[in-house]
Amino acid sequence: MKYVITLLVGMVTGAVAFVLLLYYNPFVGNQSVSPLAVSELDLVDFSYSLLASDSIVFTNDGESHMQPHPAKVLQLWEPTVKMTRALVTILNDSRGQPAGLGVKFSSDSEKTRLINAEVVVDSVWHIYSPEHGTFFVDQTENFWPYLHDIVVPARLSGGDSWRGSWYGITSTGPGALGIARVTGGAGDFADTEGEAVESIAARAYSAITGPVAMTGKLTIALPRQEALP
Amino acid sequence: MLKIFYLGIVMGIAAAAALVYIYPVVDQHREPSLITVRPNGGNSESFHIRLPGDRIMAGVTGSTELTPLALEWPEHDFLANMQTELFKVRNENDVVIGAASRMSGWSEQHGSFVEWVVHLPARGSMFMTMAAKPSADGYREGKLRAGTREFLTLNGTVIERFVNEADDSDSDNVGRIELVTALVGLPDELE
Repeated sequence: MKYVITLLVGMVTGAVAFVLLLYYNPFVGNQSVSPLAVSELDLVDFSYSLLASDSIVFTNDGESHMQPHPAKVLQLWEPTVKMTRALVTILNDSRGQPAGLGVKFSSDSEKTRLINAEVVVDSVWHIYSPEHGTFFVDQTENFWPYLHDIVVPARLSGGDSWRGSWYGITSTGPGALGIARVTGGAGDFADTEGEAVESIAARAYSAITGPVAMTGKLTIALPRQEALP
Repeated sequence: MLKIFYLGIVMGIAAAAALVYIYPVVDQHREPSLITVRPNGGNSESFHIRLPGDRIMAGVTGSTELTPLALEWPEHDFLANMQTELFKVRNENDVVIGAASRMSGWSEQHGSFVEWVVHLPARGSMFMTMAAKPSADGYREGKLRAGTREFLTLNGTVIERFVNEADDSDSDNVGRIELVTALVGLPDELE
């Protein structure tokens, strides 16, 4: 009997060691340098608040810690959309002035592999910018660094919160170097393609209510005006 | 005894690794794709939106009939000639399978536009640009401009039309928006 107990204790120790190794994997880092930094395309920056209360509309399954906004908005509770969030927000330019309207759908992806430190989200943006026209941005995002550096520490802390200064690029594809794909709809960039990268700058997070002080930034690289047909 | 403990550790690591590797962390619920094969190649699929029940958001500057009722639509000048809507999307079996956004508007710089983004979590997304003016028969034609995952290599057309189903016995049902796609693999995918 004591051999069985020893084996079980060993197995539990091994499982715990594996989880710790997974969490403190030294080979996994947080990407903070934008692959568009060396792009020769024209860059357009859009920023937006990640707080549901700052959005025009935010909805999910209604059971997440981030509550839908406004309170009585239709929720995505059906089994097929239960792991999907929809956000409608004003996009600000690099000077903080309103410069567009964005709709973002994001769904938990079946490509998620914890063993590879990948918490993957499939997301798309539908954007209207009075200056540039409309765009469709599709990408995969990896939220492992966000969970690792912000969400888990917030849950483990006594105050159920996290404060600090964190920046990370969430885009991981589908393009090379983790670049998102942009397709022009209406306007000067109709029928053209570009690239994009999305990032998060976080200062405070609550394990109970979600982001407290957090900004998303979407950088879109577009063909130069003179290169357009 | 120590050897058994070490053996247990190895087995624990192996079991945890196997569990993490095999067990799907995310398992999206998927409804069968109700696709009709067209006689001239490609396939056709019909999606619809029940109105007003499936409307998540309707934002129009200056309108008093916003959805949801507590919506605070921003009064920016650049949104003056624009309408943005969010919907749940259903398949032919009337099951919700995704969500969609519809943007329509007009500006001096960009002209008129009507666009859809249909997001189906288990399958992928479609970006569709429509003709600004509907046909004489009341429908609007458009094309698939971009797709992801299942729709990545497809090309084709889409028809948007409103089907009036107003019924005195059911005041909650106004009608439905139908989106019918006719998609085919891109030429280089067919070779």
